[in-house]
Amino acid sequence: MAKILSKKFYEEMKKLEPRYPSKVALLLPALHAAQNELSWLSPEALNEVGEYIGIHPAQVREVASFYTMYNLKPVGKYHLKICTNVACCLMGAEKLVDHCEKKLGILAGETTPDKKFTVMEEECLGACGTAPAMMLNDDYYEKLDVKKLDQILAGLE
Amino acid sequence: MGMVSTETLFIQHFGNEEARGMDYYLEKMAGYSALKKALQMSQDDVISEVKKSNLRGRGGAGFPTGVKWGFIPKQATQPKYLVCNADESEPGTFKDRDLMRFTPHLLIEGMAIAGHAIGSNTGYIYIRGEYTREAKLLDAAIEEAYSKGCLGKNILGSNFSFDLTVHRGAGAYICGEETGLLNSLEGKRGEPRVKPPFPAQAGAFGGPTIVNNVETLSAIPFIINRGGEWFAKLGKLEKSGGTRLFCVSGHVKKPGLYELPAGGVTLRQLIYDYCGGILGDKKLKAVIPGGSSAPVLTPDEIDVVLDIEPLMKIGTMLGSAGIMVVSEDYCLVKLITRITKFYAHESCGQCTPCREGCKWMEDVLHRIEHGHGQERDLALLLDIADNINGKTLCALGDAAAGPVTSFVRKFKADFEEHIRGKKCPNA
Ligand SMILES: Cc1cc2nc3c(=O)[nH]c(=O)nc-3n(C[C@H](O)[C@H](O)[C@H](O)COP(=O)(O)O)c2cc1C
Repeated sequence: MAKILSKKFYEEMKKLEPRYPSKVALLLPALHAAQNELSWLSPEALNEVGEYIGIHPAQVREVASFYTMYNLKPVGKYHLKICTNVACCLMGAEKLVDHCEKKLGILAGETTPDKKFTVMEEECLGACGTAPAMMLNDDYYEKLDVKKLDQILAGLE
Repeated sequence: MGMVSTETLFIQHFGNEEARGMDYYLEKMAGYSALKKALQMSQDDVISEVKKSNLRGRGGAGFPTGVKWGFIPKQATQPKYLVCNADESEPGTFKDRDLMRFTPHLLIEGMAIAGHAIGSNTGYIYIRGEYTREAKLLDAAIEEAYSKGCLGKNILGSNFSFDLTVHRGAGAYICGEETGLLNSLEGKRGEPRVKPPFPAQAGAFGGPTIVNNVETLSAIPFIINRGGEWFAKLGKLEKSGGTRLFCVSGHVKKPGLYELPAGGVTLRQLIYDYCGGILGDKKLKAVIPGGSSAPVLTPDEIDVVLDIEPLMKIGTMLGSAGIMVVSEDYCLVKLITRITKFYAHESCGQCTPCREGCKWMEDVLHRIEHGHGQERDLALLLDIADNINGKTLCALGDAAAGPVTSFVRKFKADFEEHIRGKKCPNA
């Protein structure tokens, strides 16, 4: 079967290999690297990661499904993760979720039909002193309110 | 104002992006001089200095760091490992992020010293997956350290070698628990292990392993440079040295990080003198003093001195020093329901009491919150919590049970109002 992971993926892994006494320890780094390239982990991607590590695809899935950051379903171009844990709720995070849901016409956990936005409720992001907080792809946005959120959304094409 | 003046180790650098670079660290922060000094000391001498410092783990359990290092067997046939717990997953905690993005070299130097002390040549920083930016900053700092001979082969011309790798988690609270973390590091599901064996006997990849929190390891260079005794005296109580980074969030005027002597102030002082009091000058309703796993305190209880032992004495804990403040108009039933939902979501599912009990408590709390509860639900909650507490492999179960028990006991009237009024009085 044709490979879907790039040469860069394999080079990156090669560099990491000597850093671990076992190859299986590369599973989380490999899943991160694969997701970076493909934006989500399709069954084909999981298979290829398993082949590289030398474990069965079911073992890859067993591990990948334990962690919330691995997207086992496609996600939108902009992935909003709004923290709704204690500190963020105390500072009104639920309003942000409601606002996103209304504005984008989807519920938390869903992706817009044009595949542009995915909105999720997140557990604690570790930004409680600057709550409410959210992640947009890899970046943190803190001390949010509805107005700021609108500005951020308006900046995304 | 009840402010204490004290020397701080970390907080003056937070916000200063220059501080994260090697040049700044070498010039302005006596960078890597502690490592140089430690490499001329015997392993035992380093460990005994750390014991003298009364440094206690900043990750949650408060275990004395020097004592823990002493558990590593001298004669081990397997390689030993040093793992930094940078999972920072306890809700309410946000100190390790600043330590990693503003003073990464303190952590790296601390780890190299710890590696020398326990005889390990391999270290990992297990960082929560969400901290993508911080992981990149750490990678860059590690590269700088390698290029200056502070990591890698024959560090600073000695015969000690130490490799350090950043390993990203992928979103799972349980990977903050040290044995869940080790499984995750090994490429498995982050399910906690049966203890014993403890990590110091058989940890990462089967080898003797020390797991320490970011703040714990970042304190090590100071202890080596200025002495264990000096560090011990920074703390105001016996057996608890140094300063602590308190993470204050919720309904205070000035949330954020505060670095204060361990045991130097009371919870009341922190909230009212340092954080400026409650938002909108409202009344205080409740405080969670040590991350969401810590049993809640009422306004009558906040004269407690902020440190490990005093909080333990009143039935709660300092944990990771994540202090969440709640003002009078926020519904506590809603709050504990949210907390419990978190534990139900994060339970790894291995132990039945935790897997079933957390979800069950969440369901009962949810129905009370929404006005469908019954009087007997309060006894039921206490009973479920009691059937989780102490009956699981790791402390996640206790972390879920303790808060529920404390909210039900201390704020019973709030629950009864929901039950009798058949709705949330705050809604
Ligand atoms: C459910 C659970 C979550 C934990 N999360 C963290 C965490 O995010 N960071 C941390 O340093 N310790 C965490 N701990 C504590 C670790 O198990 C361990 O005690 C700590 O990393 C040891 O380091 P220290 O001695 O330097 O504190 C957690 C413990 C439990 C039971």
